Amino acid sequence: MDLNLTEDQETIRTVFATFFEGETGPARAREAEPTGFDAAAWERLLETGAPGMGVPEADGGGGASLADLAVVAIEAGAQIAPLPLVDHGVAARLLSGLPNRNDSEPTVDEGILAGSTIVGLAIRPALNGSAQTVPSGAVAHRVVALDGDRLVIDGPLAEVPGAGAGHLANHGCLPLAHRDLSDATVLATGPEAVAAHARAVDEWRTLTAATLVGMAREALALGVEYVQEREQFGRPVGSFQAVQHLLADLPGLIDGAHLLASKAAWAGDRATDDTAGVLDVDANDVTNFSALAAMALVAAGEAATLATDRSLHVHGGYGFSEEYDIQLYYRRARALTYLLDDPARECRRLAGMILEPAC
Amino acid sequence: MDFSLGDRAEAFRSEVRTFLGGHLTADVVERMHATGTFNDKDFNAGLAEAGLLAGAVPGYGDRDPIELYVLFNELEKAGAPYDGLAVTMLVAGVIHAVGTDFHRSEVLERLLTGRYNCCLGYSEPDHGSDLAAIATRAVRDGDEWVIDGQKMWTTMAHEADWVILLTRTNPDVPKHKGLTMFLVPMDHPGIEVRPVPTMATERTNATFYDGVRVGDRWRLGEVDGGWSVMGVALAFERGVMGGTNPAVPLLRHVRQWAAEATSPDGGRMLDDPLLRERLARTAMANQVSQLLTLRAAWIAATGGLPGLEGSMAKLYATERYQQAVGWFQQMAAAEGLLSFGVDGSAAGGWIDYDGRHSPVTTIYGGTTEINRNNVAERHLGLPRSR
Repeated sequence: MDLNLTEDQETIRTVFATFFEGETGPARAREAEPTGFDAAAWERLLETGAPGMGVPEADGGGGASLADLAVVAIEAGAQIAPLPLVDHGVAARLLSGLPNRNDSEPTVDEGILAGSTIVGLAIRPALNGSAQTVPSGAVAHRVVALDGDRLVIDGPLAEVPGAGAGHLANHGCLPLAHRDLSDATVLATGPEAVAAHARAVDEWRTLTAATLVGMAREALALGVEYVQEREQFGRPVGSFQAVQHLLADLPGLIDGAHLLASKAAWAGDRATDDTAGVLDVDANDVTNFSALAAMALVAAGEAATLATDRSLHVHGGYGFSEEYDIQLYYRRARALTYLLDDPARECRRLAGMILEPAC
Repeated sequence: MDFSLGDRAEAFRSEVRTFLGGHLTADVVERMHATGTFNDKDFNAGLAEAGLLAGAVPGYGDRDPIELYVLFNELEKAGAPYDGLAVTMLVAGVIHAVGTDFHRSEVLERLLTGRYNCCLGYSEPDHGSDLAAIATRAVRDGDEWVIDGQKMWTTMAHEADWVILLTRTNPDVPKHKGLTMFLVPMDHPGIEVRPVPTMATERTNATFYDGVRVGDRWRLGEVDGGWSVMGVALAFERGVMGGTNPAVPLLRHVRQWAAEATSPDGGRMLDDPLLRERLARTAMANQVSQLLTLRAAWIAATGGLPGLEGSMAKLYATERYQQAVGWFQQMAAAEGLLSFGVDGSAAGGWIDYDGRHSPVTTIYGGTTEINRNNVAERHLGLPRSR
């Protein structure tokens, strides 16, 4: 049992916290609306090696663990960085892990490792040859998707939709787009393809949970800062207990989601085909990666939606105004929480894992 | 981060589970609910004889708080009578932290046999959340102190051999600065215990102190230093000593019931999509509660005093527990109202029991509002609101 980051992770945290504070942040996120992509910041990010850091060293990547990537995702979330870092990182790991590579089309090429070729992940199965509402679909040169039992990759596109006609205007100003898979290349088929995609989506759940934890943490900080400065009735509104208690529920909720996302990442790094981990909810003993990833996303979604809701509320009318940053967090927290599925349905999927299956 | 408990704690957990398999009999559980006293001295002594108790004192012996957490967590999950033991071991931890050699030899050594119990004398009829305002007086008389007053919610007082008693020793200074803690033997003349029955069948007590004379050697901590002793006791209480995973047995009981029970629609209860969603949400909340509690234990294990982290764990765990109880009570409908031992009761009567028990969890050990004040002021840095 050790809840400290490793020394390397402390370094990673410091480096990326500094990077995202300097190169991204609410002002840049606002400028990047409505597409949700900051090309200049992405160019700078390439210099850090972040896009390929989660790919094993044997495949030319940085060899970072899921736990390392979660540390980065939290800091990116705190600054609502308009960068497809999680999607690209997960997709690159998925590609590098595929068996039976086809020599004519290397699964992870130099462009993907470097990040000059952005690759996205269709987290939901494709329908009729089309991947709908793909998270980084508007900025990815290539998208990996599961179409039936075939894992496919589209592109590379010469020109991504960007702010053009392909981008889907949306609540969180995320770079969403539909992707046509009719000319996509098949990477794998059958149970292996389905399993590889499922593993990648669990990694996406884990890192998106981490991103939401970062957002929730910063949203709470914005609220606390505001109520200390804003005065009504001759005193800071933060001195009123009714206001304090709205905020006091949040640290435990956020820290709990943080711990759960970290535990999911830890389980994901340990999980192999042979050791799926323990799944005994009667004893509250859970080390199974898929179950923890689902729980982490639900818990972080709750924390981020509630933290942004309460923080916006204690801003009063200003929280609703375009000018204040909290609305940026409010909308993105909901977008990332609902992008994969209704959390209630996610819970019913989890129930299928932890209870006996429904008849 | 590493979320495995480690080989040592895992081995300890196996020992505890083995013990529970042999000693947590149906008789023990039945006696607990029939008497409303969640304490069983034979069971506790069995734990001591199996060598599992010495590690249950925070800071004492060669066990660390992770193993302490493991012990109480396993007892709680198994539905064992552990309330009396938790309080006793909490007091043992306080004695170990601030007590004298006399306290250690006279009390701590006995507590470790499992045959002796302690209770907590903090709240009073007129002073609950505003604990520092308590009125029970202790007045020095030579080498003795004379104690007069009344305490409420002294659960286990009728089983206890000692009470740790928060008293006012100086009424002329700010309220936090005039308090002194005593360890008072319950057999001293002038102490009266009256039962206070509760809606959960759990028995608690009011205790009366009328000219109780104790030697100065029973003082715990400095004169007028009682508030800092309280800080140690509360940090142990919230989080580390159990009480933050009550929804684990609840989930188990409801899941087992739902697998067998037929819903009014004719299907199996466990196939109800809303019940499945809520069981999954409860399983998730149980993981979060466990992690927040483990964090508090880990902070204690690495030399810190997890006061705030304990507050966060208690806030989260108790509210989620109440939410889950409300869900399952509603879904079990009429059969959920039926009590232990009644024909047709849902989950063997546990839903009725949890429905009765759960309201107190956001009250005792520091109310939700007091814990929110702690987090608001000491974690978020907001101004004092009172």
